[in-house]
Amino acid sequence: MTVKKETPKESLFVSGHRACHGCGMALGARHILEATGDDVIVVSPTGCLETFTSPYGFSPWRVPWIHHVFENAPAVASGVVAALRAQGRDHTRVVAIGGDGGTFDIGFGALSGMLERGDDVLYICVDNGAYMNTGGQRSAATPPWAATTTAPAGRQSMGKAEMKKDLPEIVAAHGIPYVATASIAYLGDLKKKVKKAMTFHGPRYIQIDTPCPSVWSFPSHLTLEIGRLGVNSGLVPLFEKENGTITATRKIKRKVPVSDYLDKQKRYRHLFDSEQGQFEIEKIQALADTNIEKYGLLSV
Amino acid sequence: MDDIRVVEGSEAVALAIKACRPHVISAFPISPQTHIVEGLAKMVADGDIDAEYVRVESEFSAASVLAGASAAGSRSYTASSSQGLLLMTEVLYASAGMRLPFVMTGVNRSISAPINIQVDHQDSMSLRDAGLIQFYVESVQEAYDMHLAAFKIAEDPNIMLPVMVCMDGWVLTHSYERVQFVDQQAVDDFLPPFAPEHYLDPAAPKTWGSYAESDVMMEFKYAIHKAMTDGKPRIREILRELSAMTGRDNNGLIETYRTDGADIILVALGSVTGTVKDAIDELRDAGRKVGLLKIRCYRPFPHEEIWQAVKDANVIAVMDASFSMGSEGSIGLDLKAKLFGRPQAPMVVDFVAGLGGREINARTIRRLVVRAEEIHRLGLVLPEAQWVNLDASIVS
Ligand SMILES: Cc1ncc(C[n+]2csc(CCOP(=O)(O)OP(=O)(O)O)c2C)c(N)n1
Ligand code: SF4
Ligand SMILES: [Mg+2]
Repeated sequence: MTVKKETPKESLFVSGHRACHGCGMALGARHILEATGDDVIVVSPTGCLETFTSPYGFSPWRVPWIHHVFENAPAVASGVVAALRAQGRDHTRVVAIGGDGGTFDIGFGALSGMLERGDDVLYICVDNGAYMNTGGQRSAATPPWAATTTAPAGRQSMGKAEMKKDLPEIVAAHGIPYVATASIAYLGDLKKKVKKAMTFHGPRYIQIDTPCPSVWSFPSHLTLEIGRLGVNSGLVPLFEKENGTITATRKIKRKVPVSDYLDKQKRYRHLFDSEQGQFEIEKIQALADTNIEKYGLLSV
Repeated sequence: MDDIRVVEGSEAVALAIKACRPHVISAFPISPQTHIVEGLAKMVADGDIDAEYVRVESEFSAASVLAGASAAGSRSYTASSSQGLLLMTEVLYASAGMRLPFVMTGVNRSISAPINIQVDHQDSMSLRDAGLIQFYVESVQEAYDMHLAAFKIAEDPNIMLPVMVCMDGWVLTHSYERVQFVDQQAVDDFLPPFAPEHYLDPAAPKTWGSYAESDVMMEFKYAIHKAMTDGKPRIREILRELSAMTGRDNNGLIETYRTDGADIILVALGSVTGTVKDAIDELRDAGRKVGLLKIRCYRPFPHEEIWQAVKDANVIAVMDASFSMGSEGSIGLDLKAKLFGRPQAPMVVDFVAGLGGREINARTIRRLVVRAEEIHRLGLVLPEAQWVNLDASIVS
C-alpha cells in the first residue's frame, strides 16, 4: 500500500495569533483561506477576528488584509472591488470575513447596499452569536434563550426572548447567486462551499457557525463537538441556496435532542434549573424540529 | 486657446475632478452637494470619464468605499454636506489614521436641529480634528483650482492624508461664474497617476488597520500631526506650482487683503471673504485702517503666516460661521491658542456670524468693525463671543 503524502503548503493564516484556546473562528479563518487560495484581499470589521489577528507589528495573515471600522466592511470591500476593476486586476478576488454583530446588526445597512449593488464580494459571517470582542453581549444572531451579558438570565428573564434574525434568507432575498451556511465542525463541507462560492461572480454570502468556548462557556477541547451537536440537533441547518433555490442540505445521520447541545454550555445553564426553563427547552426543540422539516434535514 | 466658460460652481468642481482622472467615485445625495456627484454621474454615463462610480446606500459607506479603494491603490473621490459629513466622521478619522489620501468636497451647510439647508461651517469644522487637510475657498474659480491641487497634496509621499476642499453651499455650488479651465495636458503634467508605495496586493501581502496598544498609539497620532505641520512647506510649494499652471495667484496658506498698516484685521474663510473685501474697500476709502486675512488652508493651521500678517494690528475680528457650544467659534479658539503669550499680540474678538445662512452684508461687516473697535477701546479682557445680528425679540 502506498501512502500519498501531500506536500504541506504554507498556510495563509499562520499560528501565533491571540485567539482564545479552542476558538472556532480562528479555525474557520484558516480553512476559509485554504479554500480561497492566495489571490485574495480580505476585509474584516472590528471584532474578535480583527483583535486577535492584528496587534500592531504582528500578523497571521499571509494575504493582504484590511480592517477599517466596525460597521463598514461591506463598503470597504466594495471600494477594493471598484479599485481592482479600475486597475484591471481582474484575477484578484475580494473576501470579507466579519462577526455576527458586524454583519447582522451594525453593518447590516452596508451589507444590504453591497448585495443590492451586485458587487463581486464573497461575504463570510463567522457567527458566534454575540458581541464576543466586548465580552459577550446580545446580538441579532444570539439564539433564543441564550444568556448574554446584556440579556442575562434572571429572576424575571430566561435570557434572549427573541428569535435569531434569519439573515441567510434576508440576504438571499437580495437575489444574489449563492448563499450557504456551514459549520467549523464540518471543515470539508465548509471548504467545498467556499470553493464553490469562488466560482460565482457578484455578491455571495456564507454564514459559518463558529462556537466560542470562552463566552458560550464550554471546555475548549469541545469546540468541534459543540459544533457537531448544533448541526445534528437541527438548530444549525446547513444548506446551499443558488439563485434563490435550495440546492443542497447536509443530512443529519443521527438526530440528537437539543438538550444534549444546550447542557454543555453555560449560556443555557439557567434553562436546566427551573420548570420554566424546561418549557423553554421544549420550545428550542420545536425550533430544531421546524428546521429539520423546513430544510428536509433527516435522510429518508 | 483659453478655455473660459460661465458654469455652475458644482460643474466646475466636477470638471476639476474629471481632469484629475480618479479611479473610483462614490456618491450619496444631500443638498447642496448633489449637483457635483450628479455631474460626475453624467460624465461616467457618457463615457467622458473612465471611473468606477459606486452608488452607495449612505455617506458612511461613501467614505468607506473611498477607504477601500484608496488602500487598494486607486485615486478616489466623493462629496458631501452637513448631516452626511457628520455621518462620515468615524470613517474619516480612521482613514486619516490609516493614511488614505482620498479627496472630498465638503460643501458647507448647517447641522440639525433645527434642520436647515443653508450655509454655515459647523459641518466641516466638526471634522477639523479628524486628521484631514482642509482648504476653504472664496470663489468658484478657486474651488476649481484647489481641487486640482488637492490630490497632489493628499498623495504626497510625506503627507498621505485625506484632503477636504470646503466650499460654501448654494453661494458657490449653485452660482454661475466665469471660470478659466486648465488644459488637460497641463493637469496631467502637474498630477501624475497615483502610485502609492503600499497598497493591497496579494503579491506583497500586508496587514492594514492593526490594533495598537498604548506603546505605539501616541506615535501614530503624532505622525499625523507631524505630516500636517511638516507638510506646510510642501503645500506652499504645490500651491506655487498650481499658480504657475493656472496663471492665477493661488499662493499661500493664507491670503491678505489690505492688511498693511491695518489697526483692525478681519479673519474669515470661505465665500464671505468676497463680501468682506468689498466692505474693506469702502472702509479704507472712508479712512479706516481695516484689512482682511483669509484662511485658505485651515488644517494644518497656518499660525506662522497669520502671526506675520497680524502682529502689528490692534484687534483681530474673527468671523466664525461655526461654534463650539459653551465656548467659542472654531477660528477664534485657534487664534487665541496660537497668539496667547506672544508679546504685543493683538486682541482677538470672536464674532459668530452667518449661522444657518443668516445674511452677512457690507453693513454687517461695518457694524462688526465698530463693535471690535469699541471692545478694544474698553480694554475688555477675554471678551465673550459676539453673536452678530441676533434677534433679541426671539432669544431674550
Ligand atoms: C461603532 C462601534 N461601536 C461599538 C464598538 C465596540 N465593539 C467592537 S467589536 C464589538 C463586537 C463585535 O461583535 P461581532 O461582530 O459579533 O464579532 P465577534 O467579536 O463576536 O467575533 C463591539 C461591540 C466599536 N468598535 N465600534
Ligand atoms: S472570545 Fe470566543 S470568538 Fe473571541 S477569540 Fe475567544 S473563543 Fe474566539
Ligand atoms: Mg460575534
